[in-house]
Amino acid sequence: MANEKDSKTPMLDELETGPWPSFVTDLKNLAKRKPEVQAVLEQLEESYETKTNHWLGTVLNLDGYGGGVIARYSDVQNKFPLAAQFHTIRIIEPSGWLYNTAALRQLCDISEKHSAGILQFHGMTGDILMLGSNNEKTYAAGEALMENGWDIGGSGPALRTLACCVGPAYCEMSCFDTLGLTKYITDTYISELHRPELPYKYKFKISGCANDCASSIQRSDNPIIGTWRDKIRIDQKEVAKFIKENGEDYVIDNVITRCPTKCIKLEKKKIKIDDSNCVKCMHCINVMHKALKPGKDKGITILLGGKRTLKIGDTMSSVLVPFMKAETKEDWDKIIQLARRIWDFWGEHGLDHERVGEFIDRVGLGTFLDGIGVQPDPQMVRHPRSNPYIKFEEYTAPRIAGEPKESPSVISKETEGEEVAV
Amino acid sequence: MDTTIVKKKLAPRDNGAPDFKKFLHPLMVKNYGKWKYHEKIKPGIIKRVAESGDVLYVVRAGSPRTMSIDTVRKLCDIADKHSQGHLKFTSRSNVEFFVTNEKDIKPLIKDITAILGFPIGGTGRSVSNILHTQGWLHCNLPGTDAAGAVKAMMDVLYKEFINERMPQRVKISTSCCSINCGGQADIAINLQHHHPPTINHSNMQICELPKVTAICPVAAIRPIKIDNKDSLEVVEEKCMYCGACHGQCPSMEIRDPKTDTLSIFVGGKSANTRSGPSFMKLATYGLPNNPPRWPEVSEAVGKILNAYKKGAKDFERIGEWIERIGWKKFFEVTGFKFTKYHIDTYRFARTTFNTSAQVRL
Repeated sequence: MANEKDSKTPMLDELETGPWPSFVTDLKNLAKRKPEVQAVLEQLEESYETKTNHWLGTVLNLDGYGGGVIARYSDVQNKFPLAAQFHTIRIIEPSGWLYNTAALRQLCDISEKHSAGILQFHGMTGDILMLGSNNEKTYAAGEALMENGWDIGGSGPALRTLACCVGPAYCEMSCFDTLGLTKYITDTYISELHRPELPYKYKFKISGCANDCASSIQRSDNPIIGTWRDKIRIDQKEVAKFIKENGEDYVIDNVITRCPTKCIKLEKKKIKIDDSNCVKCMHCINVMHKALKPGKDKGITILLGGKRTLKIGDTMSSVLVPFMKAETKEDWDKIIQLARRIWDFWGEHGLDHERVGEFIDRVGLGTFLDGIGVQPDPQMVRHPRSNPYIKFEEYTAPRIAGEPKESPSVISKETEGEEVAV
Repeated sequence: MDTTIVKKKLAPRDNGAPDFKKFLHPLMVKNYGKWKYHEKIKPGIIKRVAESGDVLYVVRAGSPRTMSIDTVRKLCDIADKHSQGHLKFTSRSNVEFFVTNEKDIKPLIKDITAILGFPIGGTGRSVSNILHTQGWLHCNLPGTDAAGAVKAMMDVLYKEFINERMPQRVKISTSCCSINCGGQADIAINLQHHHPPTINHSNMQICELPKVTAICPVAAIRPIKIDNKDSLEVVEEKCMYCGACHGQCPSMEIRDPKTDTLSIFVGGKSANTRSGPSFMKLATYGLPNNPPRWPEVSEAVGKILNAYKKGAKDFERIGEWIERIGWKKFFEVTGFKFTKYHIDTYRFARTTFNTSAQVRL
């Protein structure tokens, strides 16, 4: 509690008051039987007092793996010797972050025995985080986890742990099996997750509909978002009910006028939608969710290129595949193969630490599409280019900067002395 | 010399993702992909109805994300008692329990409150849990803390978590360096550095210098020899103080407890609804890095939320509200000052200019 006599963490103790649950109270309690947690709390207190950080990163890998452990050692270990080695193990979470208590208790027991007793649900990528093992205990914890069917998450220039929304487990909006696809991609590419071979990290995030509860467009390289290509299903009886409860004005102000493509109308208390202009944004369905539902011919939109700030700035992913089905194993394998083509091309030509979105910025989306064998589609762009500086490729193949002139995977057109149709 | 090679017996590798099917509540198994609609009961409580008629009540509570195993075991006790041993975490680190009978909601909430002290809420038009990562607790790069800042802010915003009285959902994030792990959000608190890195030349040998040179977004770093040893220098006129170099080499110390400040960005959005995804934009800067409670940050966030609550229409996220009223009005109603630092200086800056005569007068 605050103002405890002899408290070693007076500033942190200030965070024990207030209505929101206090991690300080929780960890102080844990520290009674885990002295390394006490050391870390005291080091954290020192950070609060001096506004300086005391962790340094290093590399520690479990046998056979090239990532998944976030190794940290204290740069003031003379003061806090038990914080000398205090590592985080990333653990691949079950799809949708759904658990049973047996699994969670097992993680607690492993943490009790081999780590400091701190768990985080979850990291920003989606992993379960187990904090506080030293070098030796990290190896032991890793073995215990893997012996019990868990697996270590990704780190470094590799495929990272996937994350998805709750999908078909309890959401009526979900247009495909987000949970199943997340596990399928993880398992198929588990080696790529554990053994870094890419220019930099690569994240998938998978959402069942355009509400994008997994924040995939802004947070991942390879978003997969559920959608449909036929008509929104309208239950006019429910529409009438909704109008009775909320009034026509409510529908006009909150549904009709909010449609980004103005494709929805209210005509004599009936909803009419011009589905050919619907961009599947989910707003009208969200508001009138008993009356309106996604269509039946469901599938996914695949995007590419999102990332956080370093190095060129935040990017949002952009459309790569406007629509494809995602129901059968054959469908899912197409997603797998597309990823492989992306990794092959980006892996071959990407610079160190260059995310795929940055790579696209550097080489141009057109060249990238050629490189992965995907046809350009107007839905990949908001509009075509405005500037007229078009470099047509008949005379020189595009050379990805810094590479020798003969770049085998890039296409060049041969003119053979004839006029080239453009 | 006779050496015996001892073969280590290792656990299996490449297990892959856990079998999530084992973790599904029985009603989720039965109605997988066959849910019909949902109804909001109260803040934190959503009724989900399957096509079969089965009903699942999902009760959501805010968690501090960082928990001791004692707390996690308490979560398990509650799940065993009320949820048939099942629970879920959300993308914003809230926790969800499941009951199938409306009368079972109250006892579940009683236990969550009494045993864990976790608040019920975080659904719909609330201010949900704040996304954050490690900060001074565990990261090697941060200029401030994360979990502490979240605790401090959620103490202030508590009533908005347990109610649904915002115009639309509010997502907040905090980040302790320019990598921005917290992500795009309606309101994001980010750390800002104010000068180029201080280089520890004697310690540069530990880093891969080409990597440090390459990571600079504005190519401001170049090799130099100091006392005949390889090191790096920063072209200070080019440097933007982003700290990307520091991520590659701790000897490029960008953090400065005397000068680092916090900025607030607003208007980020992930969802494709209505206006679609959007980046967040600078609202205010220069807030002090002031542990343990960062009161200036909560005060600024409060100004934004108060103005948002008063001025936004239903279903308008913060960014959409600002787009409709115009940025001039935003600065008026929040009292933040618009300065030259609000104007973009990086790539695509020109695309942000108001290239029209459309002004609100």
